[in-house]
Amino acid sequence: MTRSFLGWPAFPEAAEREVGNRQLRENVRRATHTIRGKRAVLAAERPDWEALRDTAAAIKDQVLSHLEEYLLQVEEKVTAAGGTVHWARDAAEANRIVTDLVRATGETEIVKVKSMLTEEIGLDAALEAAGINARETDLAATIVQLGDDLPSHVVVPALHRNRSEIRDIFVREMGRHGRPAPEGLTDDPAELAEAARLHLREKFLGAKVAVSGANFLVAETGTLVVVESEGNGRMCLTLADTLISVVGIEKTVPRWQDLEVFLQLLARNATGERMAPYTSTWTGTTDGDGPAAFHLVLVDNGRTRALADPVGRQALRCIRCGACMNICPVYERTGGHAYGSVYPGPIGAILNPLLKGLDDPQTASLPYASTLCGACNDVCPVRIRFTDVLLDLRAQVADGGQHPVERAALGAVGSVMAHQAAWKAAVKGIGVVGPLLLPRKIRLPGPLGGWTDSRALPDIPRESFRGWWKRTEGATE
Amino acid sequence: MTDARTEILRRIRAAAVPPAPEPPRRHLRHAPGLDEHDRPAVLALFTERLEEYGATVLHAEHAGPAVAEALAGARSVVAPAGLPEGWTSGWDGEVRFDAPPLTNDRLDATDAVLTTCAAAVAESGTLVLDGGPGQGRRAATLLPDLHVCVVRAEQVHSALPGALAVLDPARPLTFVSGPSATADIEMIRVKGVHGPRRLVVVLLP
Repeated sequence: MTRSFLGWPAFPEAAEREVGNRQLRENVRRATHTIRGKRAVLAAERPDWEALRDTAAAIKDQVLSHLEEYLLQVEEKVTAAGGTVHWARDAAEANRIVTDLVRATGETEIVKVKSMLTEEIGLDAALEAAGINARETDLAATIVQLGDDLPSHVVVPALHRNRSEIRDIFVREMGRHGRPAPEGLTDDPAELAEAARLHLREKFLGAKVAVSGANFLVAETGTLVVVESEGNGRMCLTLADTLISVVGIEKTVPRWQDLEVFLQLLARNATGERMAPYTSTWTGTTDGDGPAAFHLVLVDNGRTRALADPVGRQALRCIRCGACMNICPVYERTGGHAYGSVYPGPIGAILNPLLKGLDDPQTASLPYASTLCGACNDVCPVRIRFTDVLLDLRAQVADGGQHPVERAALGAVGSVMAHQAAWKAAVKGIGVVGPLLLPRKIRLPGPLGGWTDSRALPDIPRESFRGWWKRTEGATE
Repeated sequence: MTDARTEILRRIRAAAVPPAPEPPRRHLRHAPGLDEHDRPAVLALFTERLEEYGATVLHAEHAGPAVAEALAGARSVVAPAGLPEGWTSGWDGEVRFDAPPLTNDRLDATDAVLTTCAAAVAESGTLVLDGGPGQGRRAATLLPDLHVCVVRAEQVHSALPGALAVLDPARPLTFVSGPSATADIEMIRVKGVHGPRRLVVVLLP
């Protein structure tokens, strides 16, 4: 069985449950602080860091403004290089295309390179329903899959697990899916990585079909780029006979040389490395080297919806480095699962509503999963203004009637503030009546209770600022 | 019903994204903190960065003796087509030629692979393979556990932009920045997962 985020509770409810898990909070805190530290050192090493970010953001904006042209270029170049290009409007269509392609090979077990898009569209579950066993090969993705768990981070999907939990999962599950964990496996990270190496080796050597995503798709050459650390990506991209790459349409970059910007930003920002250990690039197929058949599935699944949002479309610049979640005070406390999506943290809080719309309460709760502190703005390699998008999405939620009480309350305050006499009377009145009637700890009725449950009212001064100024003209004595 | 391609392209046009300004491209084209024409400094940085990853760097006048040193302890090595003759003559292990192509199982059962490279990057300690002469197909540099790569000094660019400019994207490229690694368990770096666990770079003048 494959778990999914389907039917997940809205953020406040899910977050309340997650923050009650002390082990989870410790794991997430330790991991995010470690990556933050490494990232800060390597970003500071480049005197041109801000120039790289400026250029990366501008290149991505050019992609978004010429997306049709670039996608047609990708199609032409990939086809000319021996690949086959497929287009998918949504998750169901993408899953159907991949399932049909795998079926045509007759294979029932395939290997996968970690891909957030295939998580987003639920590809593993769709393949499973068709009798195809898709084995994840990234270490963290393997931990998630073996543990029948859900990803909680875009770079390190098992970030919420510590070493002893991982050891237990390996000992319990590896034997059910192939080579069992070695006898006497301890929770030493090197031993755990070795257990994964041995377990997956036989899968790589036997695999006929591999599925990957891509970090970048170069329009002028039709080249796909996969950035990884472990070598599982190289195994899948090289040893299989058939390679199927499922890629979001926004992953395009215009020119080969543009990679100098993104490859220099990505690893530094994602994992605190100058370059990830392995970057693989390929264009169609190559005789006598790697897969003989290559399929590229270009996926929309809400990306054109996001593209049509004038403020929100900047979220499509995202290169999935995960720095926004590593720095986020909310993510640090709730972990990734609270967001109910494979895209958690600040990028999840904006990308999910942009891709899916605000109709369901879970998605509509995400723009509120932020303190608006803006730390994510500062670390984003493509300068996404998260706080601008969050506020704009909140306005869309309010306009869409998701928060009728807040809207009515603000409307009432607005009409009082618009009339000077009414405002003066209200401010004066609350100073007289408030301290007598309102206790420090109250619970407001109905939906407003959500506000007072986690906050104490401040003391209401007897005299308003206007009254004090009129009496003293600002003199402090 | 319209097909997916037509529909996606229609949606993109309907989004009516306004034109975007030209990217400023004011970033550095060379490694920060050194003069890119100072070749000894570029090569010193390359060596330093490789060693930081745990790779071994052997500086040598000629490939042969250094290759023999690098392959010490290995019993078999894959020799890709186009590898200069004589590189393995000072070593007494078994040389396996990849023609006709060795099976994946055979590659997996070979201790080492010896290659040249297409380009290298000092700042990130990166080697780039493009399948050209002496580099072999990708499987051959992936399955053996020890990778010995011979780099000529002139191939070392101070930073990534210089290397990208000389590489051919039509070829399948592999950028290797240190041996395979993971930090997926508590962000603790563990060297050696699926790719070669040992990397030795022989740097020729």
